[in-house]
Amino acid sequence: MSPWPVAAVPLVLAVLTAPPLGRHLDALISDRPQPAWDRWVGPLEAALMRWVGDAGRPADSAMGYLLPLLVSNGLFGLVALVLLLLQPPWLNPLGFAGLRPDLALHTTVSFLTNTDQQHLVPETSLGNLAQLGVIQFLMFVSAATGLAVGFAVIRGFCGRPLGNLHRDLVRSLTRLLIPGALLVALALLLCGVPMTLAPPQVITTLEGARQTLPVGPIALFEAIKQLGENGGGFVAANGAHPYENPTLLSNLISTWAMLAIPVATIDAFGRCLGNRRQSNLLLVLVLALLLLGGAVAMVAEGAGNPALSTWLDGPNLEGKELRFGAPLTGLWAAVTTGTMTGAVNGSLDAAMPATLVVALFNLFLQVVVGGQGTGVAYLLVFVLLAVFLTGLMVGRTPELLGRKVEKPQVVWASLVLLIHPLFVLIPAALTLAGGTALAATGNPGPHGISEVVYEYASAAANNGSGLAGLGNGSPWWNLSTTVSLLGGRYLPIAALLALADGMRRKPALAPGPGTLRTDTTLFTLVTAMVLLILGALTFFPVLALGPIAEGLATVS
Amino acid sequence: MSFTTLVLRGLRLTLALWLLTVVVITLPLLGLARVVAPDSATGSLVRRNGVVVGSRLLGQPFAGDRYLQGRPAGNPNLGPANPKLAIRIAGAADTWRRVGITKPAPDLLFVSGSGVDPHISLAAARQQLPRLAATRQLPPERLERLLRQHIDGPGRLRAIEPLVNVLGFNLALDDLSDGAPQRP
Repeated sequence: MSPWPVAAVPLVLAVLTAPPLGRHLDALISDRPQPAWDRWVGPLEAALMRWVGDAGRPADSAMGYLLPLLVSNGLFGLVALVLLLLQPPWLNPLGFAGLRPDLALHTTVSFLTNTDQQHLVPETSLGNLAQLGVIQFLMFVSAATGLAVGFAVIRGFCGRPLGNLHRDLVRSLTRLLIPGALLVALALLLCGVPMTLAPPQVITTLEGARQTLPVGPIALFEAIKQLGENGGGFVAANGAHPYENPTLLSNLISTWAMLAIPVATIDAFGRCLGNRRQSNLLLVLVLALLLLGGAVAMVAEGAGNPALSTWLDGPNLEGKELRFGAPLTGLWAAVTTGTMTGAVNGSLDAAMPATLVVALFNLFLQVVVGGQGTGVAYLLVFVLLAVFLTGLMVGRTPELLGRKVEKPQVVWASLVLLIHPLFVLIPAALTLAGGTALAATGNPGPHGISEVVYEYASAAANNGSGLAGLGNGSPWWNLSTTVSLLGGRYLPIAALLALADGMRRKPALAPGPGTLRTDTTLFTLVTAMVLLILGALTFFPVLALGPIAEGLATVS
Repeated sequence: MSFTTLVLRGLRLTLALWLLTVVVITLPLLGLARVVAPDSATGSLVRRNGVVVGSRLLGQPFAGDRYLQGRPAGNPNLGPANPKLAIRIAGAADTWRRVGITKPAPDLLFVSGSGVDPHISLAAARQQLPRLAATRQLPPERLERLLRQHIDGPGRLRAIEPLVNVLGFNLALDDLSDGAPQRP
């Protein structure tokens, strides 16, 4: 089968599901009544909020939203950390011991920040209690936290109060993530993904060897892993393992699940604003970037590795599963890095240099559709900066969506933009300066540099995928990436909330003849330029040292 | 609102959401899975004489010449320009050449992502049929027919290309020979 029409299926599906899902999300953002939902899950939500003791009033400042977010996330993390350090014997038939403190800390922070970078082999270190009670729990609540931030930022830019954090967390779970994950889990189960609490089975193979079949409660885990832009595997091989991703169909469902919510969130922004032209143009922009990257990766993997032409020809199947084939594994690489999911369905370390350029580019920009809730927020920051830059060019006070953009907003937006390179480039430089003692790269030359930069880019972008040849189990890696994980998550969230709250406090201005309209093709192109210049140029030197140098070496 | 209130609310929220996302939704799905897809739910296990010998979804290592061999497993994290990759591929190609396969199909040389890819391509399987015909003393046409019976995909979207399920084929091969498992 040609990979191209197959690759189009999840992308077209994501575009088709965007309007209904976007309408649903907008109802949550704008607090519109939803009779069926109000009837079926309304009472549960009311009971939860009563138990929490929060009346659900909207926060009157950015702090009023941020503080409960930090406190609740801190407590989610605390529960997870204790469970990982102790690993009690329940649902732990193989008797795995508690994790080393630095590894427990890294794993907790990684899943709490919706990143899911894994420095451990789950099937040989986590029992089902940890898989469910730590990993699955954090996958649900970190996705809900991301969505809540997205809701608050959209509200701010639409001129409304940011909302109530507890209410947003509860409702994004009860009305979107839980029902969505249950449906996807059922579909994956029917494709063959296991769903059982039985312990891993040890069997004797036909030739008499011992093999462990890592069965477990995988279907639901897998569903929230994809739908919530989490990405951490039940087993180390992640979505390449047949128990996580058994067929082409499960692969297509999983690819769609990564895209569904971030695409719909952009649609929801337009509905909230009452200007769908604005959101459609932004969608076209980010989907065009995604398609371009996906196509490059598909072609690169399909064309194969010229360095091996003495022995074989055809696609680059190294580290890949035959049921997906090389091109679809390339597409997955683009989607998983673009949406900040970080799941993999084949080895990224064995991917062609062009695929690595695409993956790193997506991690650097963070808006090629973007992560759960945070993607649309980062996109609005780039729009704001585009407005500011064009405003400078024509010498007027810039306006965005009918509100003046002034100094504090530009400061917050610039901070959001600067945090990312800070938590990628500085630790990567330190590690490389430390030499092999710190880096422990799995490949020589430029590819080794890519491994180090990728690890921090993935951590700071809260993506979680990695070039797995890297020996990242040391305390240095666990602790230094923990800093990037936290910095890449909570600092931008704080700045985004402050930015959104500042915007909503400004009086709405009626558009005049001199107003720069942001819902035009021309302005969208300007935004694309700003994205490429501000976002990509910062990182161009490391791209040149890593995959670009490697690509030149492979060709020559 | 005091910080204590905030922490107390956070604690109650954590407890409630933990129960909701870990217990309340997982247990019914576990039950439902046993009813609607008991085979998938437990790992698509394959039994022979009542003993579990593997999973239909997972590949097994086969090294002997009485079985169809699957994809090699190994470190899947060698970069495309890493000299170790070229050395490994050359070594694997050499091993196949020694058993009479001069240009092995690429999937017999490239390691899989999971290490347990259950499939090989039709080309990779057909290259091994002459050897199996000799060791099993079966006519090649019989093996070709068996091969056709163990093709996965692209039908029912199980795979993007027609592929052979190696374990399924090997189990059928044993049945065909004498029905009893034979150790190499």
